[in-house]
Amino acid sequence: MKTLDFLFQRLVKAAFVVLGVVILNFLLIHLAPGDPAAVMAGEAGAGDEKFIAQLRAQFGLDQPLWWQLLTYLKSVLTGDLGFSYRNNVPVAALIMERLPATLLLTASAFLFSLVLGVLLGVLAAYKRGKLADSLIMTGALVFYATPLFWVALMAVLVFSIHLDWLPPFDMESIGADYTGWARFADIAYHLVLPTVTLGLFFTALYTRLTRASMLEVMSLDFVKTARAKGVPKARIIRRHVLRNAVLPVFTFASIQAGQLVGGAVLTETVFAWPGIGRLMFDALLQRDYPVLLGVFLVTAAVVVTVNLVADLLYRIVDPRIEAAG
Amino acid sequence: MTFFRRYAQHYGALVGLAILSGVLLVALLAPLIYPVSPWQGVGEPLLGPFEDPAFPLGTDMLGRDIAAGLAYGARVSLLIGVVSTAVAVVIGVSIGALAGFYGGRIDDLLMRFTEFFQTIPAFAMAIVLVAIFNPTIASITLAIAVVSWPPVARLVRGEFMSLRSREFVQAAVVVGQSGPRIMLTQILPNTLSPIIVTASLMVATAILTESSLSFLGLGDRNMMSWGFMIGAARTMLREAWWMSVFPGVAILITVLAINLIGEGLNDAMNPHLRGRKG
Repeated sequence: MKTLDFLFQRLVKAAFVVLGVVILNFLLIHLAPGDPAAVMAGEAGAGDEKFIAQLRAQFGLDQPLWWQLLTYLKSVLTGDLGFSYRNNVPVAALIMERLPATLLLTASAFLFSLVLGVLLGVLAAYKRGKLADSLIMTGALVFYATPLFWVALMAVLVFSIHLDWLPPFDMESIGADYTGWARFADIAYHLVLPTVTLGLFFTALYTRLTRASMLEVMSLDFVKTARAKGVPKARIIRRHVLRNAVLPVFTFASIQAGQLVGGAVLTETVFAWPGIGRLMFDALLQRDYPVLLGVFLVTAAVVVTVNLVADLLYRIVDPRIEAAG
Repeated sequence: MTFFRRYAQHYGALVGLAILSGVLLVALLAPLIYPVSPWQGVGEPLLGPFEDPAFPLGTDMLGRDIAAGLAYGARVSLLIGVVSTAVAVVIGVSIGALAGFYGGRIDDLLMRFTEFFQTIPAFAMAIVLVAIFNPTIASITLAIAVVSWPPVARLVRGEFMSLRSREFVQAAVVVGQSGPRIMLTQILPNTLSPIIVTASLMVATAILTESSLSFLGLGDRNMMSWGFMIGAARTMLREAWWMSVFPGVAILITVLAINLIGEGLNDAMNPHLRGRKG
């Protein structure tokens, strides 16, 4: 299959997923207990008769359901994700303002966990059965079972409250008004704890995956051949095994993009990180449904985009895929 | 017999089983050990652990017994973990079986549907579902089930596709058995072991998801849960570390135990896969 055809096919698929989430949101609004207009207004707006009447007219809530769906789709497609009565701003604006912080956090946690996870996984496979292997795998087992929000709280307890090394809240020092490099350093400093706590669960996951994948490739015939030829073990791992073993980990990692977003909601809640995860938590407390549904839609769109890019990169990295169609 | 011996060879799996049995026992006996509701203050507020022998794990800011909260929290965690997994398995097996057995258009349609649910961010969706339908045991359980069935469907579909063409299934077709009957009596029994292994690991994930939801305030307000306790302890982090440390440890060891059991089951039930995971 040509790359262009492939791209087109994947784009259509991605569009369908986003469309599916829009329809799902619409269904949720109507399946929720109570009046759909009240859901669209959120708890704060439900008391305002004028606002409710306006929503009713705007979305034709007295019209047949299919008509309402079309109206809803039309408004979402034009970038209108509803209005947050509580914050008195359009939901889309609210989300766009918060999105960069979340992208920064998830991207840095992703890189952190992928690099560390692959390194530890390779090391464990290389030292299979030795002490280093047991230690790494026990650590991975423990962090794989630890709730993310609890790791975050414990990190605050130890590194912020007791040791006072790292800031427990926010993305920047309040009132410091840094610019340029100083601001960059300040954000990086605030980024450390959230990145590590969000990343540890995924580090554990990638460590386990990398090790399993390495061991599988190491048992293949071409590795035996290389060994028989007398190629040193370290070189076999580096040149032959690693390249083949890491690809499945990358694929899996890109599928995990959705889970990373879920983790961001928890991490941002604990660290008061000004992203859409924290926005979701605030919306939750205020039962601000338009914001909740909007964040859900935007995260789905982001995840679909990430998967799309990953698929394309994968084709470039591994030419065998094109041949296999 | 060989099953138990293979399982018992796994040291971690035995430890996991012992821990989970302990948690289960505490969950079952909670109302007997702590007859007073865990929501009720019973001692002085903010007692540290081991300060008062009556409250070995301390009390929170309202004088509620942390140990009692943990015991009652175990009930919620295990209940939601097991029931939501059971629901997810039923959904996943049904969809996977239909897709794998009939193939063609039905397979295409059901797999697109499955992929959709696998792509969208699961936890965000669970939050939306529970928030809109109000947090109750039922809505939390269903929300977790709705976001966790896709892997089961894919697994079952694969198994059904490969077994569909086997001789004993073909024979049943020739004899004239109906589709549903073949699926239930011929194919399904042969796919049970991978389903059980997957399900056991899903219980662990479900418990983590439940605790995350109740940490965010999306727990059933009538039931004490570990996630809720940690959420309530957030503002007291500086003053009362024990309020957040103990419930977290409870979640950690329970989930760890279930994961260990899952790995042991995997080794015991799929011996041909052994060595693959190292």
